[in-house]
Amino acid sequence: MRRVTKLAAAVTTTAALALTATACGESSTDSAGKKDKGVGLAFDVGGRDDHSFNEAAARGVDKAEKELGVKSKEMTAGNDETEADREQRLTSLAEAGYNPVIGVGFDYGKSINKVAEKFPKTTFGVVDSPSKQKNVAGLVFAEHEASYLAGVAAAKKTKTKKVGFIGGVNNALIQKFEAGFAQGVKDTDPKVKVTSQYLYPTNTKGFNDPAAAKAKAKGMLDADNDVIYSAAGQSGVGSIEVISKKKGTWAIGVDSDQYQQPGLAKYKDAILTSAVKNVDVAVYDLVKSVKDGKPMDGTTSFDLKEDGVSLATSGGFIDDIQKDIDKAKKEIVDGKIKVADSPKK
Amino acid sequence: MKKFDKDRMVLAIGAPLLALVAALVITSGVIGVTGKDPFHAFYVMLDFGIKSDSQVWIINKAIPYYLAAVAVAIGFRMNLFNIGVDGQYRIAAFCAAVLGGALTLPGFIQIPLILLVAMLVGAVWSGIAGLLKTTRGVSEVVTTIMLNFIAASTIGYFLQDGRLAVKDGNLFHTPDIPASSHFFTIPTTPDPIDGTLILAVVTGAAYWFVLGRTRFGFDLRAVGRSESAASASGVSVKRMVVTSMVLSGLVAGLVGMPTLLNKSFNYGTDFPAGIGFTGIAIALLGRNHPVGMALGALLWGFLERTGTQLEFEEYAQEIVGVMQGVIVLCVVIAYEVVRRYGLRMQQRQVGEQLAKQARKREKKAEVSA
Repeated sequence: MRRVTKLAAAVTTTAALALTATACGESSTDSAGKKDKGVGLAFDVGGRDDHSFNEAAARGVDKAEKELGVKSKEMTAGNDETEADREQRLTSLAEAGYNPVIGVGFDYGKSINKVAEKFPKTTFGVVDSPSKQKNVAGLVFAEHEASYLAGVAAAKKTKTKKVGFIGGVNNALIQKFEAGFAQGVKDTDPKVKVTSQYLYPTNTKGFNDPAAAKAKAKGMLDADNDVIYSAAGQSGVGSIEVISKKKGTWAIGVDSDQYQQPGLAKYKDAILTSAVKNVDVAVYDLVKSVKDGKPMDGTTSFDLKEDGVSLATSGGFIDDIQKDIDKAKKEIVDGKIKVADSPKK
Repeated sequence: MKKFDKDRMVLAIGAPLLALVAALVITSGVIGVTGKDPFHAFYVMLDFGIKSDSQVWIINKAIPYYLAAVAVAIGFRMNLFNIGVDGQYRIAAFCAAVLGGALTLPGFIQIPLILLVAMLVGAVWSGIAGLLKTTRGVSEVVTTIMLNFIAASTIGYFLQDGRLAVKDGNLFHTPDIPASSHFFTIPTTPDPIDGTLILAVVTGAAYWFVLGRTRFGFDLRAVGRSESAASASGVSVKRMVVTSMVLSGLVAGLVGMPTLLNKSFNYGTDFPAGIGFTGIAIALLGRNHPVGMALGALLWGFLERTGTQLEFEEYAQEIVGVMQGVIVLCVVIAYEVVRRYGLRMQQRQVGEQLAKQARKREKKAEVSA
């Protein structure tokens, strides 16, 4: 009996394989609709409501919906995704007729350039990654410049002369934040000690693990750091929460103006400022360019000079040091200060 | 005797059927609670899942899952829980990628070399856990988890610009493996199937043969069932523990190969993580059976493929995660329920037979009296 079952199983599997080899049946591309459906937005891990990076992109699309009357479709990445998952998400959006299709986060860098080849008539956009195809717009930001200003603010505000940096994942992008922040602190007050730590060495789960950020921030507070800058997507919510519970300590937010965010309203009095990355502006510009029939292409850099990145002032906690920040900003814009985009080894 | 066989078959089919029905009912309930139509969801999944490009996608996705499941199953058969497949395959793939990127040998030498290095590194990583268990009595559950972290940190340290990686935009990755050392693909339309499928098939066949048809496999399973009985019959339990951990690691080393040799051709910060944990779920789902695990891996691929489509139809993306969890739980529970039911049925049958014999004897005694 067992032998027969096994044989049957083997035969079925082989048959199933053979069926695929000859690719029976239509492919999903054959049956997909091809109308212009609006913006297809593929989020990074954390999703729309990460109070940070994805949310900024979503704001750009929301604005486009309101002002340009376009529709949109949002999809979110899960933890531990592979290239195949990302390619599929982008392909689905392009197939369904969304244009432009925007991947939020450098994780989409490879897949978007690959998928774009198959859909030459669709405009693709990718945040934080350069373009390698004609129909891909790469939207990159000068995070290190905004982080430099955050460093200036931290150095001015610290009383213990110790400040901390928490990165979500130790990759090239987050190292830009670390490098700018550390340089800003050192240039302002060489006596201030900067401690930089990362939540995960490689796993992008680092952008979606508030508990880990909480633990890291707790450790930094216990070591007497009184200003902590977290560049960790949704994980940053965890560190901000812990910091808000210790009197006299400050959190510096990232990507969006985190003081303004309803989800973080409980902790906003601890948010000194945020290194804002105007992903919303970039995304809106891209959508508008497609709508106007002149789609953006190539790699566009958004830096301090044209307000692609900035330091938030809401809350008024840095009003007293605003002139120092303006001075640093001017020096960067004029090219007097060169901000390094990778940390000193 | 024939009747007994029929019962066994009913039981064998009953368990997966029970699991499937239960899983469908529960997920329908969950989808229903979110205020959506569950039947439409199943229709969307089936419709999209059988498209030709979906079939290719699912098979490609299932290859590493299957290898991971086999690695975990080798441990399970011996009552060892290798949670460290995740770390083993990542450190193995990393070392193999570094080597592959540094050499430019002809493909027919370099590909086997890359595979060999990956298997060896995986085996060393899991062997550490095996040795610690036999020499110091440390539970393999603890050591393999810890080794996952050590693997991730080691890779994180070396995967930096100026160490073993190059910077490419916002990614770090090891130098690319030369094109001559890419694994072949099976040309199907619209997309090709990864040639590493044969790795999975060969591994599955070897797993079936070694565990089911050799003395070594018998010893291994014997230790898994009862250590004391096995050692009484002359099997060295310690040696079996180390050997099976090493074997598990050898297979784990292969898990990253489909990605490395068919897809990415380098190990970067974007190399997939977490396949080792998926492997645990699939080994449970496939009941450690070579064919069962293949079906489990394909089912997993199917769910992931169609999950994106569900999100498209405004279903929550997390539904697929819920389905996967529910299916594993249902399978584990259903098999246990059916096993207990079968056991009770067997006991009753034996009891009835004994009672019949006893009655006969009594009758005889009465007659003779």
